[in-house]
Amino acid sequence: MTDAYIYDAIRSPRGRGRKDGALHEVTALKLSADMLNAIRARGGLGPDAVEDVIWGNVTQIGEQGGCLARSAVLASDLGEKVPGLSINRFCASGLEAVNLAANQVRAGAGAAYIAGGVEMMSRVPMSSDGAAIAVDPSLAMRQYFVPQGISADIIATLHGFSRADADALAVRSQQRAQAAWDAGRFDRSVVPVHDINGLPILERDEHMRPGTDMAALEALKPAFKDIGETMPGFDQLALMKYPQLERVNHIHHAGNSSGIVDGAAAVLIGSRRFGEANGLTPRARIRATAKIGTDPTIMLTGPVPVTEKILREAGMDIADIGLFEVNEAFAAVVLRFMQAFGADPDRVNVNGGAIAMGHPLGATGAMILGTLLDEMERADLETGLATLCVASGMGAATIIERV
Amino acid sequence: MADFHYDTDAGGVATITWDMPGRSMNVLSFDALAELDAHVDTALADGAVRGIVITSGKAGSFAGGMDLNVLARLRDSAGDNPAAGIFEGVMRMHAVLRKIERAGMDPKTLKGAKPIACALPGTAMGIGYELALACHRIFAADLPKARIGLPEIMVGLFPGAGGTTRLVRKMGAMAASPYLLEGKTLAPAKAKSAGLIDEVTDPADLLRAAKDWVLAAQDADCVKPWDQKGYKMPGGAPYHPAGFMTFVGASAMVNGSTKGVMPAPKALLSAVYEGALVPFDTALRIEARWFTHVVMDPTSGAMIRSLFLNKQALEKGARRPDVPDQTVRKVGILGAGMMGAGIALVSAQAGIEVVLIDRDQEAAERGRAYTEGYMDKGIARRKTTPEQKEAALSRITASTDYAALDGCDLVIEAVFEDPGIKAEATRLAEAATGTECILATNTSTLPITELARASQRPEQYIGIHFFSPVEKMALVEIIKGKATAERAVAKALDFVRQIRKTPIVVNDARFFYANRCIIPYINEGIRMVAEGTVPALVENAAKLVGMPLGPLQLVDETSIDLGAKIARATKAAMGDAYPDAAVDEVLFWMEAEGRLGRKAGAGFYDYDEAGKRTGLAAAVKARYPEADAQPDLTEVQHRLLMAQVLEAVRALEDGVLTDIREGDVGAILGWGFAPWSGGPFSWLDRIGAARAVEICTGLEAAHGARFRAPDLLREMAEAGETFYGRFAPPAAAAA
Repeated sequence: MTDAYIYDAIRSPRGRGRKDGALHEVTALKLSADMLNAIRARGGLGPDAVEDVIWGNVTQIGEQGGCLARSAVLASDLGEKVPGLSINRFCASGLEAVNLAANQVRAGAGAAYIAGGVEMMSRVPMSSDGAAIAVDPSLAMRQYFVPQGISADIIATLHGFSRADADALAVRSQQRAQAAWDAGRFDRSVVPVHDINGLPILERDEHMRPGTDMAALEALKPAFKDIGETMPGFDQLALMKYPQLERVNHIHHAGNSSGIVDGAAAVLIGSRRFGEANGLTPRARIRATAKIGTDPTIMLTGPVPVTEKILREAGMDIADIGLFEVNEAFAAVVLRFMQAFGADPDRVNVNGGAIAMGHPLGATGAMILGTLLDEMERADLETGLATLCVASGMGAATIIERV
Repeated sequence: MADFHYDTDAGGVATITWDMPGRSMNVLSFDALAELDAHVDTALADGAVRGIVITSGKAGSFAGGMDLNVLARLRDSAGDNPAAGIFEGVMRMHAVLRKIERAGMDPKTLKGAKPIACALPGTAMGIGYELALACHRIFAADLPKARIGLPEIMVGLFPGAGGTTRLVRKMGAMAASPYLLEGKTLAPAKAKSAGLIDEVTDPADLLRAAKDWVLAAQDADCVKPWDQKGYKMPGGAPYHPAGFMTFVGASAMVNGSTKGVMPAPKALLSAVYEGALVPFDTALRIEARWFTHVVMDPTSGAMIRSLFLNKQALEKGARRPDVPDQTVRKVGILGAGMMGAGIALVSAQAGIEVVLIDRDQEAAERGRAYTEGYMDKGIARRKTTPEQKEAALSRITASTDYAALDGCDLVIEAVFEDPGIKAEATRLAEAATGTECILATNTSTLPITELARASQRPEQYIGIHFFSPVEKMALVEIIKGKATAERAVAKALDFVRQIRKTPIVVNDARFFYANRCIIPYINEGIRMVAEGTVPALVENAAKLVGMPLGPLQLVDETSIDLGAKIARATKAAMGDAYPDAAVDEVLFWMEAEGRLGRKAGAGFYDYDEAGKRTGLAAAVKARYPEADAQPDLTEVQHRLLMAQVLEAVRALEDGVLTDIREGDVGAILGWGFAPWSGGPFSWLDRIGAARAVEICTGLEAAHGARFRAPDLLREMAEAGETFYGRFAPPAAAAA
């Protein structure tokens, strides 16, 4: 089997996912094409150097619909021979794009891929593409569908995380993100966004609130209490699925949940021979990939079983992993991961996460993989694991090791 | 004899009048549907006919709904493919209603339809309203007592003759939901303001108004919004941003409120959702598929049998002995406490003269004031008129004097649950009334045969067990003592019919029927707490199997001290055979702690000052800590269900129950036994006696002899029998 390597990993800065966010004026097409152009240019690649572009994107409707991957290729400097594949594994789409690319390289189906993703959440609202699991009664009732915030609150209730636990994690995320920016730890991978004239639009993550402290978070109302307890009463469904619970403890709010942002990321994956042919030095080997399905009601517990699975399949132990990126979709997701594995908080999301910097759904997986690799190089760690929880009850993970 | 009559007038309006012979209210059969179809064809083909009015020949009503026996016949007539029989039958109905709706119009230009109005002389329920919905305009006589709506959901069905599809397209999913999902019905005036119907008229003008409209109607008046180009569903279709939230919320609410045990609301929502995404005729076909699916589900059959057919049969006197009319004219009520006051209220509402006796005048007046307060609440909610209040109050005489009972043909004793006090009240009442008077005791725990000893006329002495609160609870348990004669049973049954409740007639034994089954249910919940099962699991498991209240909440409502009192009395009566010491350990501890239930602000739950439950009590959890190993949901549910169901079987074995219809109807109405199941006997038939015995064997091994399958059940398992196969009276077996 051929090994798959990461040669480069870049991301855009993340703009606030609102009408006044800096990236709101930028199309999903342009931001995607900018990423493709940047990673091609940094590698000095020819227009047809990659086999395919695999592009994660969740809300595939409107400007993000119609196989955005192909549109992005055609809007970029890549040649038309490069096709383009849009994929959707919700929040893990960006990581799944990398995993698909890596596994095709390993199988000998193509020497190199650009994998990544985009989500312009200010322009294409979440859920605007519909979802049978939420709307079709035959499935919604059978699977006790609840929105993700309720799921996160179920995790907190079932595993005993308090509001203070979640808020503390959020404060830490903000502090770490700020420290990482201040120390220039994102410099290598963040590619500023420019307009058609080369004028800057956004150079830094825009969503962070570095001054956030416990007192500020305490003032926020739990975001999912009303839909849980009154209309339409999603907590009832939680108790139907988890009848040992008397009630759901609603601890999540805007301050300890991931931010809604615009952004994109790209990773260049290739075989050893591809690197040699193009004069590129591999930064890391993709050691293993995994995905899993879990209970769709609690929905966001995937990182635990998918990590167990990837470690088992790779013949590794949790202690073999030097650094973790666990997507901060909601504080309880990360708390649960650390609880399940007894992971040292100083090895998890050390440069902050989506609570501080935001979670551009289709791109995040690729983003955190890049963040993981940058930090492994900086801290001289051999092995790292990135994992995300995924809507509808799924999980995805990737283990990389430096070469 | 025909159900529909056809007539044309000089103005060119054809009138199709629905008038089933021999019935006070129309119900639709398939033969009648064919008649209607033929008349519509005639009218559409006749060049002299300008339009049609469909009405009824019954004063005060259009139609009560579908003949529910028809569904069973459709299913049975299709041999080995019953679903096909139902589906094709429903599609035939759609075809006729759709023909009425299109009324011969040119499908391209949407012109040329003959206007068809529906004139409702009053009540139009189920198919009665669905037929109206297919017409171009609905008129109704302004009768406050008439009801318009789609109550199918109450018997485990949903509107399957286009009512679901049409109402959602007419009003939007959100606005239609109270009528479809809750079976809400409205009087004509309110139905008009809600948009269910178009016009309300004086009853005398009904036909005239409908005919006038038919003659004046234009092409555009005869095209339904959903047949017009560019139709958009009000409130948004499922993937419209507004509709999205409606549909997500609807699934959650229905699932949460029905605990997932009711197939009909689920099927209804699917029919609405899938139907909203396709053109109208396709939506009707989808509705028919889901309707068929629900009819094929054993739940709807069981619910129709218990909650409609058998409930009605019991109300109409299925168990009434053949003795002359015993209509109650004047009732005496002894004891003006909560039960006495409630019985006085429902009696007065039924037009019966009431004498309410208590030891002091103030107490008697307080009992009478209960009716006043109840009626005032009704007036505030516009459900009652001041005239109705005055009429009810004028019928109640509050007194301390037993002589006021003179002329009563029924006396109901509802004094304190003490044999001595009851005996005294009985003697005084018999002295004050004529020899014909029937004496009833509203006891919930004391044996009737024992109490009857105080009576001079034990053959005229009977138990009438009301549930609390009297005005809300639909069931009345009539208990025959050893000496009770037929006339007393007939009296009690006629009284229950007058106050519009549902009776069951049982023989005398400890706790009669309902309480006999409820107590083991509560006890099983308490046992599990003592074993260290998470209390939330006990409560949620009960609700997930369709019980309205978990056993812990239930005992908090009925009170811990009452439970403890019953336990002591039972123990005294049973001696060494008493099996519930494990339960008593918890009950007596709670009693000693003053955790007497909701009334004390503390029980298995904690309560706030307003009496609202704040959560399962930490004090109870502390005394009975969570066990390391928790039972799975199914085991908890089997324990809670079997505790009740086996007691029902034993009641049948013992001869306390003599009719399984009463066992099923009584269980659902009396203590809310999982209505989806159709009752304990229907549930046993559904899972089969053999499976039931298998469950019992497992439970017996794990939890003790109380789960030992009764001999009757074993015998039936051996013989492969069902309860309704073996015990149903001939008329009920067909359903």
